[in-house]
Amino acid sequence: MSGLDAVFAAARSEHRGSLIGYLPAGYPTLEGSMELLGAMIDGGVDLVEVGVPYSDPVMDGPTIQAAAGTALRNGFRLRDVFTVVESVAARGGHAVVMTYWNPVHRYGVDAFARDLAAAGGHGLITPDLIPDEAEEWLTASAAHDLSRTFLIAPSSSQARIERAARASSGFLYATAVMGVTGARDQVGAGAAELVGRAREVTGLPIGVGLGVRSAEQAAEVASFADAVIVGSAFVSQAGSGTRAVRDLAADLAGGVRAPSAGEARPSGLR
Amino acid sequence: MPEAQPVTERDGGTGRASAPAGGGTGQQHDPTDRGHFGPYGGRFLPEALIGALDELAAEYDKARHDPEFGAQFDDLLTNYAGRPSLLTEAPRFAEHAGGARIFLKREDLNHTGSHKINNVLGQALLTKRMGKTRVIAETGAGQHGVATATACALLDLDCVIYMGEVDTERQALNVARMQLLGAGVVPVNTGSRTLKDAINEALRDWVTNVDTTHYLLGTVAGGHPFPVMVRNFHAVIGEEARRQILDATGRLPDAVAACVGGGSNAIGIFQGFRDDPDVRLVGVEAGGHGIDSGEHGATLTSGSPGMLHGALSYLLQDDDGQTIEAYSISAGLDYPGVGPEHAWLKDTGRAEYRYATDAEAMDAFQLLSRTEGIIPAIESAHALAGALRLGQELGAGSLIVVNLSGRGDKDMDTAAKYFGYVDDHDTGGRS
Repeated sequence: MSGLDAVFAAARSEHRGSLIGYLPAGYPTLEGSMELLGAMIDGGVDLVEVGVPYSDPVMDGPTIQAAAGTALRNGFRLRDVFTVVESVAARGGHAVVMTYWNPVHRYGVDAFARDLAAAGGHGLITPDLIPDEAEEWLTASAAHDLSRTFLIAPSSSQARIERAARASSGFLYATAVMGVTGARDQVGAGAAELVGRAREVTGLPIGVGLGVRSAEQAAEVASFADAVIVGSAFVSQAGSGTRAVRDLAADLAGGVRAPSAGEARPSGLR
Repeated sequence: MPEAQPVTERDGGTGRASAPAGGGTGQQHDPTDRGHFGPYGGRFLPEALIGALDELAAEYDKARHDPEFGAQFDDLLTNYAGRPSLLTEAPRFAEHAGGARIFLKREDLNHTGSHKINNVLGQALLTKRMGKTRVIAETGAGQHGVATATACALLDLDCVIYMGEVDTERQALNVARMQLLGAGVVPVNTGSRTLKDAINEALRDWVTNVDTTHYLLGTVAGGHPFPVMVRNFHAVIGEEARRQILDATGRLPDAVAACVGGGSNAIGIFQGFRDDPDVRLVGVEAGGHGIDSGEHGATLTSGSPGMLHGALSYLLQDDDGQTIEAYSISAGLDYPGVGPEHAWLKDTGRAEYRYATDAEAMDAFQLLSRTEGIIPAIESAHALAGALRLGQELGAGSLIVVNLSGRGDKDMDTAAKYFGYVDDHDTGGRS
């Protein structure tokens, strides 16, 4: 069982959803980001998504855009992401990296995979890489035993959901709404439907992200998905320091453990 | 990942089939089904947009083979945009070009003042065909924004234009023009606050509103099918120019020159000559303050392969794959990416790319104004500067066609300050 499979299996055995938290590497500084991710793990997230700050983040709303800009102005270099992943692993946490594709392309796809695996990372989430263009990544991820998380969206056809699911390993990422990252009052009603459509074609765990910010929303999402992914809300809290991040993680961890959240269909057992 | 480019052959010299004007139905030089030109192009965009790109590709494919669509498009080009545009010889200007004869393809005479109207009318018609009611677009110099706002007024479409804050200052008159035409103009204050960031913001809007909205991209960049579709809507430039230069001189030119930012006017005129192997295709990029200064927009000259805005092409980027901000005195060339087909034309050697600095472009800008009574867009002045040098290289008796992609009215503020006709205390700190 690969590292990620164990993470999802552990949550399933407790009849609850998994909690995945996102923060950009290097935000506000390299050291600072490692402390914030540590606080997130202490607060109870099951898996951290380490973001790569990028100059042109078209999938991100203002909160994450601003954080990425701060990280870059404060000197973030791409290789720093491996230092951050190492720090997560050293703390007993689990990390995947979320990155736009050009930095990986520039670094060299195989070299990036090699260095991520060496740092103890489990895999990549690729918001602007679709399976159709991912040949090099399919090869490199297999060679270095890394998971591949592609995204599906409410606008995805059933054929495209199937394609993304077939190309993915570890877990599949369902974007709850049509739009960019950012905390929202409501998670789209389309999210449950999208997860349902994905369940028809895959047994992979399915995480839902975009817009989740509260324990109530986390509980709601965990009632139909395997994992709840929270990004912008953590980035907002990061401005207030490690305690705020840990408190939010603990609050959300409570959400995925709420009674209604326990109704999640155990995808691995279908 | 790289796929073989289908090898195509010339379609028989001068006996070219006369495709409907601008219809771009000829499929030679098309990318692969997935939009690859050699290794370049493709789709590096969020999954949420792939459905819309598939829909657009399918609708465009139907439209380009639909005589009714071709007739609609041609009617608008003829009776609304004012095509065909003239081909004007510039003999007094050419006196500075080593004895070459220079002809100007007068895209500046099109309605709205640039080549941009060709693509905009085509995509606006497609928007109607798809049943979408709202159009968004990015703009740098304002030419594409004005053209888009114009087509949306004509065809009753809601219109929102994203424009970098720096550019809204440089091109204030064009902002007013778009507003007069009924478009909303959103100043973008993220990143470098120029064209690149306007595209980012338009993509964010699109991913949120894709059900009702068409993103009317203004250049031959972006994910498939934009590069091939936009190219084909501009192919009319090259088709006309080839016919006109043969009529005027009885022969093909030695070189065709065009400025390259994203590359739409260049690919449009190149398309008419690319099967004529003796015609050199020369793209002229923005040299800004010079390549060594690091302040330029010369992507093909000094960039490297990378993804930006949905396609793999050449890109100005640092060692970490972060996009480097471009610079040019011309807002329309101030872009760190370039259309993927240009990358392929460069690698295969079919086209060559050089650059003109701000100073060279502004010299050519002034020279054309004073020798021919034609004020070019500063973008187009880069092509003119390139032609002056090409003339020196090719020598007496050579023949050059320059794509005069736009008119310079929009640039008078920049030019007046540059030449000291007015006080330049408020240039916005860009130079």
